[in-house]
Amino acid sequence: MILASSVGTLIEWYDFYIFGSLATVIANQFFPKTDPTAALLATLATFAAGFIVRPFGALVFGRLGDLIGRKYTFLLTLIIMGGSTFAIGLIPSYESIGVFAPIIILLLRLLQGLALGGEYGGAATYVAEHAPPGRRGYYTSWIQTTATLGLFLSLGIILITRHSLDPDRATSIAEFNDWGWRIPFLVSIILVGVSIYIRLKMKESPLFSKLKTEGKTSVNPLKESFTHKGNLKMVLLALFGAIMGQGVVWYTGQFYAQSFIENVCKIDFEQSRTMLIWAILFATPFFIVFGKWSDKVGRKWIMLAGMLLAIVTYRPLFNQLLSISDTTSKRELITRKEINTKLIPIHNTSNSLRSVTSTRHFEGGLKLVEVKTDTLYAEPGKISLHSHITTSKLLDDEGYRWMIIILFVMTLYVTMVYGPMAAFLVELFPTKIRYTSMSLPYHIGNGIFGGLTPFIATLLTTIYTGDKLVGLYYPIVIAAVCLVIGTLYISNKIDKTVTD
Amino acid sequence: MNAVKKYSGILWIILGPLAVYYLIKTAAEQIAKHPVIDTKIQWIVFVVIFIPIAIGFMIFGWYAMKGEYDKLPESSAELED
Repeated sequence: MILASSVGTLIEWYDFYIFGSLATVIANQFFPKTDPTAALLATLATFAAGFIVRPFGALVFGRLGDLIGRKYTFLLTLIIMGGSTFAIGLIPSYESIGVFAPIIILLLRLLQGLALGGEYGGAATYVAEHAPPGRRGYYTSWIQTTATLGLFLSLGIILITRHSLDPDRATSIAEFNDWGWRIPFLVSIILVGVSIYIRLKMKESPLFSKLKTEGKTSVNPLKESFTHKGNLKMVLLALFGAIMGQGVVWYTGQFYAQSFIENVCKIDFEQSRTMLIWAILFATPFFIVFGKWSDKVGRKWIMLAGMLLAIVTYRPLFNQLLSISDTTSKRELITRKEINTKLIPIHNTSNSLRSVTSTRHFEGGLKLVEVKTDTLYAEPGKISLHSHITTSKLLDDEGYRWMIIILFVMTLYVTMVYGPMAAFLVELFPTKIRYTSMSLPYHIGNGIFGGLTPFIATLLTTIYTGDKLVGLYYPIVIAAVCLVIGTLYISNKIDKTVTD
Repeated sequence: MNAVKKYSGILWIILGPLAVYYLIKTAAEQIAKHPVIDTKIQWIVFVVIFIPIAIGFMIFGWYAMKGEYDKLPESSAELED
């Protein structure tokens, strides 16, 4: 039962993440900067799907789940998510159908956000309502692993596809950027098909079935969840005393850290991804460890300890990431500097694309690779006015291992705040409005507070340019407020039965 | 402990509008500095989604100040008032 529920949720997260992981490739195919409408749609696709639509999905499917049942609702979210993902892999590019391409992408991305908003609450509720008393933390912690494993799966499939399209690495990457990016989207249909088959075989939650038989299900879950003071105050407590802090710790550890490593530390694309893959692999079992432990010691202090550790150590940890990748403090081995120039003829012209790659070596093994690309004109005297320069660093073995350890520590915080979360939320609300009541704060906390973390943190670094770590103030302040509220107001009591 | 919960409720009530003020001020400055559509959409989205959250935060503070969290409910019946 746990496996059956978790696989579907994992696939939904996979579907949601591949779009984010391939955002740059998709932008080139569907959202050319030269078309202002397409660029506008790109911004909308990023913001609307991730942040606005998810809470709406929580309301729509949460209500449905409390009215007709958990099983059919989270089956529906899976079908919508899988269908949208598969369809994204089939859309003709902007070059073929013009502005319709970004419009269709935006609509499908909105559907993805809507489905994701409904999935988690259903899966967590379903598993929790099957769990025996005293083991709810352990049972639901499997659902908690799915988001991280979904990210793991998406990174893995993207990396494998990127390298398997041609024996020559550069050609393979070029083909992936051209058409191969569609494969991870299309593969989704097989995974979703299997999940749908499994979910169809599942039975309805026993607690919900009992309520339905007794005719005690809610008539209007939205009204009962958010207009009755007794329940509304628990929704607000869940959001401000637990989920908002958990959301920022999650998104800082798994997404802002990745963006920081790539954009600030300038670590090579593949190194940054493989490091995250290793960190996730080592840390994921701790979701289960902390979930299970929360059955013994309560949910509250494990989650709040994770937030406290994040608040105290984020700056030193990120500072260490900077230090590992810093070339200014390392001695350059000048004699080993390599410069390679490649000329690629541009079709239908006499001009060529000139690519100059310079590789600088530093003591310890760190490499700094700079690629400068410009146009070499056949016409005498005409020179290229614009050149494109990309910089990336290749870490030595020691630096690579240290970064994995730091990412592991940050993911460990995620497992502390997130592992017991589903059990905590399920125990806060009554069965008849549980799906609705827990889904909305979950998706505001994770979709808005958490999902905006990489954007707000990056934005802060563009406003206050003097400090590369200034972006961390956003998650630190939010987690600190949440920690105080959680400490003061949340109870550590475990609800043994969760029946009404 | 209940007194601390109630008094900190005042802090949460004040923090809500303060956060919105800071957000709108920063949004106005950034839009004036970079008046392109991307910046506008980005900041409008931030303001629009954070205002209801700030209102929710004030309601939370109000409940805390009124002592609604002095004793947390232990059964579903207590949630239905």
